Amino acid sequence: MTQQHKHIISMLVEDEPGVMTRISGLFARRGFNIDTITVGKTQTPKVSKIVITVKGDDRTVEQIEKQVNKLVDVFKTIEMKDDESVTRELCLVKVSLSNEKAKTDIMHYAQVYKAPIVDITPKSAIIQLVGKPQKNDAFLELMKPYGIKDISRTGTTAIQRGGNGEK
Amino acid sequence: MKGSEAIVKTLIGSGVHTTFGFPGGAVIPLFDEFLRFEGKIKNILVRHEQGAAHAADGYARASGKPGICIATSGPGATNLVTGIMTAYMDSSPIIAFGGQVSMSLIGNDAFQEADMMGITLPITKHSFQIKKANDVVPTILKAFRISAEGRPGPVYIDLPKDCQVGEVTKEAPKKVDIPSFKPVYRGNINQIKKAADMILAAERPVVIAGGGTIIANAAKEVTVLMDTFMIPTATTIMGKGIIPEDHPLAIGQVGMHGRKAANYAVINADLVMAVGCRFSDRITGNTSSYAEKAKVIHIDIDAAEIGKNIEVDVPIVGDSKSVLSDLIVVMNEKLKKKTETEWSKRMKELNQLCRCNMDSKKEPIEPKKLLFELNRILKTDDIVVTGVGQHQMFATHFIDRMKPRTFITSGGAGTMGFGLPAAMGAKVAVPDTNVFDIDGDGSFLMNIQELATLKEENIKVIPVVFNNSYLGMVRQWLEIYYSKRYSQVKLGRHSDFVKIAEAFGLGGIRVEKPAKIQDALKESIRSKETMVLDVYVEPESNILPMLPPGGHLKEAFGGCMNAKGVFF
Ligand SMILES: Cc1ncc(C[n+]2csc(CCOP(=O)(O)OP(=O)(O)O)c2C)c(N)n1
Repeated sequence: MTQQHKHIISMLVEDEPGVMTRISGLFARRGFNIDTITVGKTQTPKVSKIVITVKGDDRTVEQIEKQVNKLVDVFKTIEMKDDESVTRELCLVKVSLSNEKAKTDIMHYAQVYKAPIVDITPKSAIIQLVGKPQKNDAFLELMKPYGIKDISRTGTTAIQRGGNGEK
Repeated sequence: MKGSEAIVKTLIGSGVHTTFGFPGGAVIPLFDEFLRFEGKIKNILVRHEQGAAHAADGYARASGKPGICIATSGPGATNLVTGIMTAYMDSSPIIAFGGQVSMSLIGNDAFQEADMMGITLPITKHSFQIKKANDVVPTILKAFRISAEGRPGPVYIDLPKDCQVGEVTKEAPKKVDIPSFKPVYRGNINQIKKAADMILAAERPVVIAGGGTIIANAAKEVTVLMDTFMIPTATTIMGKGIIPEDHPLAIGQVGMHGRKAANYAVINADLVMAVGCRFSDRITGNTSSYAEKAKVIHIDIDAAEIGKNIEVDVPIVGDSKSVLSDLIVVMNEKLKKKTETEWSKRMKELNQLCRCNMDSKKEPIEPKKLLFELNRILKTDDIVVTGVGQHQMFATHFIDRMKPRTFITSGGAGTMGFGLPAAMGAKVAVPDTNVFDIDGDGSFLMNIQELATLKEENIKVIPVVFNNSYLGMVRQWLEIYYSKRYSQVKLGRHSDFVKIAEAFGLGGIRVEKPAKIQDALKESIRSKETMVLDVYVEPESNILPMLPPGGHLKEAFGGCMNAKGVFF
C-alpha cells in the first residue's frame, strides 16, 4: 500500500442542486471515505466553495481531484497544503457539570482555550471551540473525564494564505 | 409558446432532423409537437428504448454530431441506461431526454417515477433536471455544447411533464455561456517541443492512436506522422480507421486481441506516443511491466486520463488534432523527411508476417473466410458496425478500414445488442452509405426488435450474423481457461434468423457454403430493404492472438501461422 495522507481539497462550484452528490459520488466510487465536508457561499453570486478532507495516497487523490475538476459544475479544485493555508473547524461540545469541582475545572480549561461557554444549565454546559481540528481534538480529550454528552463538529474549512483568492 | 414547442424548435435550430424515441405518458406533450413540425423533424419510433439510445449513439459516431433519444419516465428512461453507459464509455455525444412526472409529484414515488438523475449520474458527462418551462431552451443549448465539446459524452435531460405543457415566457437566448466549462484545445507548446525532441531522438518510436483521434478528426495528422516521419502506428479498437490500414506501417490493433506486430512494437519501443487513448486494461494487460523500455508521451484532451493508468514522461493536455499539428510543425522545422530506419524496416516486415491468408474453403465456414469475403466487397466509405464478442474481435482484426468513422463498435462497454440499432442510427446519419452490421447470434437477438423499425421506417442496413450457435467469446474463455466446461454458452440453432426477418416483413438468406458468401453479400447490398444474412460459421473457432487477462503483452498466444515464433 502506498502512503495514506490527509488531504484538504477546496473546490469552487456552481451553486446547483446535485453538485454535492456528483462530487461525493466520485469519492465513493473509489472507496474513499470523506472525513469532513463543508459548503458555503462565496463572494461571487451563484458560486459556492466546498472543502473536503480525505485520507488517501497522493496519486489516487490527485486522480480524484482531476475527475472532480472535470465535472461541469466545478470551476476549480486546489489542494490546500498545510503551510500555505489556514484551516479551522467549529465544534460545539456539551459536557456534564456533575459537581462544583467539575464546573470550575471546565470553566478554567475553556478559558485557557479561549472557548466561550455559549449555554449553561445546572447540569451541563455547551462550549464553542474554533480552531484547527487537532486543537479541538485536544480540548475534547480534556473534557472526556467529565462526561461528554454531545458533540457537533462542522468539519474543516480552509483558505489560502497571502494576497490572492481562488479564482 | 409551450415548453414542448420550445424543445422541438431548439432541436431543429441546433440542426437536428431525426430523433430516436418511444412514447409514454410523460412525453406525450413533447411527441405531440412532432406532428406540428412534420417535414422539419422526425422521430423514429424504435421498438425498445435501448434501441433508441444505441441508434442515437450510432448516429453520433457516424456523423460526429450529437444523437438524440427520447423515452418516457420510469421504465422508459431506465431502458435507456445501457445505451447511455455505452456512449459514456466510448465518449460518444448523445443527448438523452427522459420524461419525468410533474415537479409537484417528484419524490412521491408517483406512477412511473424514477430517480433518473441519480441513476444516470455516474454514466453521464452531465445531467440536467429541468424545473420550469423557461429553462427548457437554455438547458438544451447547454446540453449540445457539453455533449460535443472537449471530450464528448452523453448528457441526460430529465423533463418533467409540467415543464412541457407550461408556458415559456422568457425570450430564449441564442447562445449560452457555461462559465465552469472551458475545455482546453491547444496543447502547451513547451511540452510539444519536448515531445518533438524525444520523437526525433528515439530509435524505436511507436504511435498508438485511440478514439480521441477520430473524435478530433486528426486523420491527416496521424497519417503524416506515420507516412512522412515513418513512425509505426498502432491503433486501439476505438481508433480503428484513423489511418489507412493497408499502409505498411499501420501495424494494427494493440492489446488483448492485438496484432502481434503492434504488441511487439509496444514491448520493444523506446518511445510510445499515445494520442487520444486512455490505456485501458484491454490495451495494456499488466500495467506494471507495460512498455518497460519506453518513454511515454501522452496526448489527451481529458487531463484526468493522463497518468491514470500509466505513468507518463511528457503529458500534453489538448485536442489531438491541434496538438499533433503543432507537433508536426515543430518536427518539420528540425527535420524535413525522415528516412527508413532499422526499426521501421523491421516493423514493416513483422507487420507483413501478421497479414496471413484469410481465404479458406473449409466447411463449416471459418469466420476469417467470411471476413475475407467482406473485405473484398467493402468500399472505402462503407460503415461497419459490430455486436460484441468473437465476431467483433475478428472484425477489428481482419477488416481493413481506411477512413475514420467507418468502423463503429462498443469498445469500452462491450455492449451486446449494440450492433443492429447503432447501424440503424449510422444509416440515418449517412443515408447514402452502405452500413453493415457484423453481429453474433447472441448479440443480434438482444435488440432484434429493431428489425421492425428498419422495416416500417424503410431504413436499410446489411446485417451479417456470424451464427456459431454459441456465445462464442465466453465459450472461448471456457475452452481455454475452464478446460471446456461449457456452462451457459450454448445457444443452439433453432432460432431461425431468416424466418425471423421474414416475420418482420424483411428478407433473409441462410449461408452455409463458403462459395455462397459473395453472392449473398451482393444480394443483401443490392436489396432495397434490409436483408439479414444468417451465416453458419464453425462453432468452435477461436479469435487469436489472445492475451491472458492481466498478463504481459508478451504472453499473447496464437494467431497467424506465418508469424509463429518470429516474435517473442
Ligand atoms: C449485454 C451483455 N451481456 C453479456 C456480455 C458478456 N459477453 C461478452 S461476449 C459474449 C458472447 C457474445 O456472443 P455472440 O453475440 O453470439 O458473439 P460471438 O462471440 O459468438 O461471436 C458475452 C455473453 C456482454 N458483453 N454484454
